[in-house]
Amino acid sequence: MSTLAGYFSYAVTIFLLVAGLFIIIARGNLIKKMVGLGIFQTSVYLLYIAPGKLVGGTAPIIAPGFHVYSNPLPHVLILTAIVVGVATLALGLALAVRIHEAYGSIEEDEILEQDNADAGSKERGG
Amino acid sequence: MSIAAQLPALQVALPLLAAPLAVLLRHGGLAFAVVTAAAWAAFAVAIGLWLQVGQLEAGAAISYHIGSWAPPWGIEYRVDRLASFVLLLVSGMAAVVLPYSRASILREIPRDLHYLYYAMFALCLTGLLGITITGDAFNIFVFLEISSLSTYVLIALGRDRRALTAAFQYLIMGSIGATFIVVGIGFLYLMTGTLNLADMAVRLREVESHRPVLVALAFLTVGISLKLALFPLHQWLPNAYTYAPSAVTAFLAATATKVAVYVLIRFYYSVFGDSLVFHDLPLPQIMLWLSLMAMFGASFVAIFQNNLKRLFAYSSVGQIGYITLGLSFASVNGLTASVVHLLNHGVAKAAIFLLIGGIVARMATAANRDAVPMLRGVPADAVSPEPTFDRLAGLSKRMPLTCFGIVIAGLSLIGVPGTAGFVTKWYLIIAAMEQGQWWLVGVILLSSLLAVAYVWRFVEVAYFRAAPEGSEKNEAPLAMLIPAWLLVIATLWFGLDTSFTVGTALDAAQELVKNGR
Amino acid sequence: MNTEYLILAALVLPLLGAIGIALAHRAPNLREGVTLATAVALFVGVCQLLDPVLAGARPELVLLEPLPGLPIAFRVEPLGMLFALIASGLWIVNSVYSIGYMRGNKEKHQTRFYVCFALSIAAALAIAFAGNLLTLFLFYEVLTLITYPLVTHAGTEKAKQGGRTYLAILMGTSVLFLLPAVIYTWYVAGTTDFRPGGILPAGMETGTVMVLLALFMFGIGKAALMPFHRWLPAAMVAPTPVSALLHAVAVVKAGVFSVVKVIVYVFGLDTLAGATDWLIGIAGFTIIAASVVALHADNLKRRLAYSTVSQLSYVILAAAILAPLSVAGAALHIVAHAFGKITLFFAAGAIYTAAHKTEVSQLDGIGRRMPWTMGAFAIGALSLIGIPPLVGFVSKWYMMSGALATDRFFVAAVILASTLLNAAYFLPILHRAFFRPLSAEAAAHPHGEAPLPMVIAIVFTAAATTFAFLFTDDFLRLAQALVAGGAP
Repeated sequence: MSTLAGYFSYAVTIFLLVAGLFIIIARGNLIKKMVGLGIFQTSVYLLYIAPGKLVGGTAPIIAPGFHVYSNPLPHVLILTAIVVGVATLALGLALAVRIHEAYGSIEEDEILEQDNADAGSKERGG
Repeated sequence: MSIAAQLPALQVALPLLAAPLAVLLRHGGLAFAVVTAAAWAAFAVAIGLWLQVGQLEAGAAISYHIGSWAPPWGIEYRVDRLASFVLLLVSGMAAVVLPYSRASILREIPRDLHYLYYAMFALCLTGLLGITITGDAFNIFVFLEISSLSTYVLIALGRDRRALTAAFQYLIMGSIGATFIVVGIGFLYLMTGTLNLADMAVRLREVESHRPVLVALAFLTVGISLKLALFPLHQWLPNAYTYAPSAVTAFLAATATKVAVYVLIRFYYSVFGDSLVFHDLPLPQIMLWLSLMAMFGASFVAIFQNNLKRLFAYSSVGQIGYITLGLSFASVNGLTASVVHLLNHGVAKAAIFLLIGGIVARMATAANRDAVPMLRGVPADAVSPEPTFDRLAGLSKRMPLTCFGIVIAGLSLIGVPGTAGFVTKWYLIIAAMEQGQWWLVGVILLSSLLAVAYVWRFVEVAYFRAAPEGSEKNEAPLAMLIPAWLLVIATLWFGLDTSFTVGTALDAAQELVKNGR
Repeated sequence: MNTEYLILAALVLPLLGAIGIALAHRAPNLREGVTLATAVALFVGVCQLLDPVLAGARPELVLLEPLPGLPIAFRVEPLGMLFALIASGLWIVNSVYSIGYMRGNKEKHQTRFYVCFALSIAAALAIAFAGNLLTLFLFYEVLTLITYPLVTHAGTEKAKQGGRTYLAILMGTSVLFLLPAVIYTWYVAGTTDFRPGGILPAGMETGTVMVLLALFMFGIGKAALMPFHRWLPAAMVAPTPVSALLHAVAVVKAGVFSVVKVIVYVFGLDTLAGATDWLIGIAGFTIIAASVVALHADNLKRRLAYSTVSQLSYVILAAAILAPLSVAGAALHIVAHAFGKITLFFAAGAIYTAAHKTEVSQLDGIGRRMPWTMGAFAIGALSLIGIPPLVGFVSKWYMMSGALATDRFFVAAVILASTLLNAAYFLPILHRAFFRPLSAEAAAHPHGEAPLPMVIAIVFTAAATTFAFLFTDDFLRLAQALVAGGAP
């Protein structure tokens, strides 16, 4: 029982990781890909944060009566990782907007089709 | 407090400060001046660091404590021989590519975006230098993302709309790679409770055989391999190199994948130790076969490319195979080959892409038939056709110096003696002989014949096919030709006098192998 | 000290010449003047080295260090001296001839031609003076690359194809076989210096020695050992002065020179004892097979090319016997073949320039119209057959003596048989030229001798072939010094 509970956070982490990766690979829509990437990165946040928490621990401020503290470092790290994740997401969405302007679509297969059509017409023309 | 003691911090801080400054200036010319000055200063700092490291005894390193917080709690910057070598490569490349950029992006990037280009370039440089210099695992990730995010933007600045999809594809792949790296670092942190690489290495000795350590190794290997475009994780590279602006392609080809290799070496030798990586796991075999597949598969694909930039992009994947092949030997000579090839290939490939940039620039001014509709008011003359082979016929008549430069740098890719590429091959073969792997000697040599095939394809088109009617001599602008030829001459120089390249690489390899035991 | 500068001068002079030629590209007369002046100066410079080398000095020059412990070093020893003398001496003659040929045929890109020519001479001299295997290998590759534009000079589809074969075989063999051989030598011996008596460690297994020897022999593709000889006929698309450069002055000579040098200074004659039988077999086969092909070739240049393949294997064969006499003969044969073959190629080029004929069957009666040219051709051919007192006889004499001294009757038989074959493919040409009447078609197109510079060059080389017998003293002393140093 205790082992199962102990592994619970890992199970969730792995689920999120695999689910995110699956969405990135399986979905052709660029926005959905970004969503997948977001979920994928979230799994890492959990991986770092969960072990930092001790049952019964408090915020790491020295005060009389408290002897068990949670580790603050993972939180700081993940704060950075979240910032990075937001930046990635923003950049990815910006690119999606530009792609939409240039191709009129954000579906991967339609974009590919247009590129192939370009290459084909170029070969015929030249 | 002398300046000399602050060099490690300056190495990263200078380009980092230049980036926001470039944005605030909002002027292409001023931003160019600021960022170029920062890159040159960074190069000077790298030289200074290299001299300082050279005076240390073997195995020692410069340790710099950010904000005077002592490691392992504070972030440590750590410069050993390998790091100083890579710092020199990265900052040196930036110092050469930036002056080239000015003439090159005039024809490839809308004028109102120039200042952003320089800002992104400065950030990218910051990230790459930071990855190299830092001694803190999480800091590696942060710098990696700084360089990656700015790289995506730089690629998306390419004039062709396919640059956007290439950048998006790279963003997805790159983020997956980076996340894998954080997961790996996370496991290491869980096992050791420290993020300082040196400290981590000491503590890992006690928990070496625990499964999470192996999981961390696996995640890191895959993540970093994505970044360094190890076959078959290279799919992002050909498109990104093909459609990025020429100057960006040159800089990335010379530095981005190389720094990823550096990170891999750093984790393998300075954190895990080579006994775990190379003796307890079948990693060398896996890496050996992947490298061979890169050397043959990617080079073979390169032969049949019709776009010159794409051809050399695939060639890059093949050449990275040589670097990882050297790693897979897990010996001093193999590692020397890898380290020295970081520079040898970086210089030669950057020279080639810079010269191709010159061709593209001349095409842009000569012909606009293929104007690709792009938004944001790209001026018509900034849109130029791809450097496909049918447009390169008889190019040697129009651009003799450019063609000759590509041929010489191409000879280095082949590994002709007298060029830098030969030195790498020499050490790779010695490393293979040491281990008695005779078949590998033949295989390495065979693979260089593939390079002959794709380089000669260019030679025959540029020198033998008749030029179109009425074409006149139209050499690339001097501002582009001079930086490119500087690298071409460096390719020859590092093939003839290797006291700097091999000297440093050999010292670095011995240091790593000794400390990694 | 002084000699060190001489080596440097010998290497740098052709480079400076190349720059001068490129600068003078607008004034053809000045350009050719630069070529000739450089060639003469170079020859004089190389001659200055002769006396010290004969006196036993071995001047050295170390330039850069591409790999730790492996510098680019030059060291003049007798064999290199011999090669350098031929290359620099024949460059003068060849330049005179080139002027006539290139102008007579109104070739394009003449400046590129002269520049590449000067550069390939520089590479040839660097090979001649190379002090270790790395230097040799470096300039061996440089020579391949710098002659590539010469071979493909015409720029036609055929030239491109020929160039491909040329490059593929020479690069392929050198990278696949020669390079691992060089690296392995470094790996086991810890040095690649050329030293009398060889550098390989004592007690290497015969099997290993044989494999290494095979890598070297096939790796030096310029020596055209079968089956890697096809580049030589393929390179026939080049203009005739280039063929002369390939066959007589620099390229194939660099090949056989490297073979002899490797056998004498890397392996050492003693180490090789018993490991060369297969090489003798292959070289013997190449001699006979190439001669038979030459017999059936109607194209004059093609016949000469296969004759070269066959003659090169003489040198390899003689060196592989490992007897001091035959090794000296091998060195001499490099000289003999150079003079003889350059005469023949010059003549072929003269016939092409004056009469636009390329096939042997078209040559009926041409000797009466071009008496000087065909007379010289006769001398060259007789020398290669080995008729005394021409220089070809001397080298064959030495080779034969060496073979008999070591009881290798197979070798003696091969030399005899090939002499007959030589006669069989050369004499019919002379017969046609001098004793057949002009064909009707040829009679309708009158022509005279080739342009004067060409005739001068031809007569000079023919005279050299004739009288070299009287002056072989210096060559002989060099060849003997080589052997004396090689087998202490």
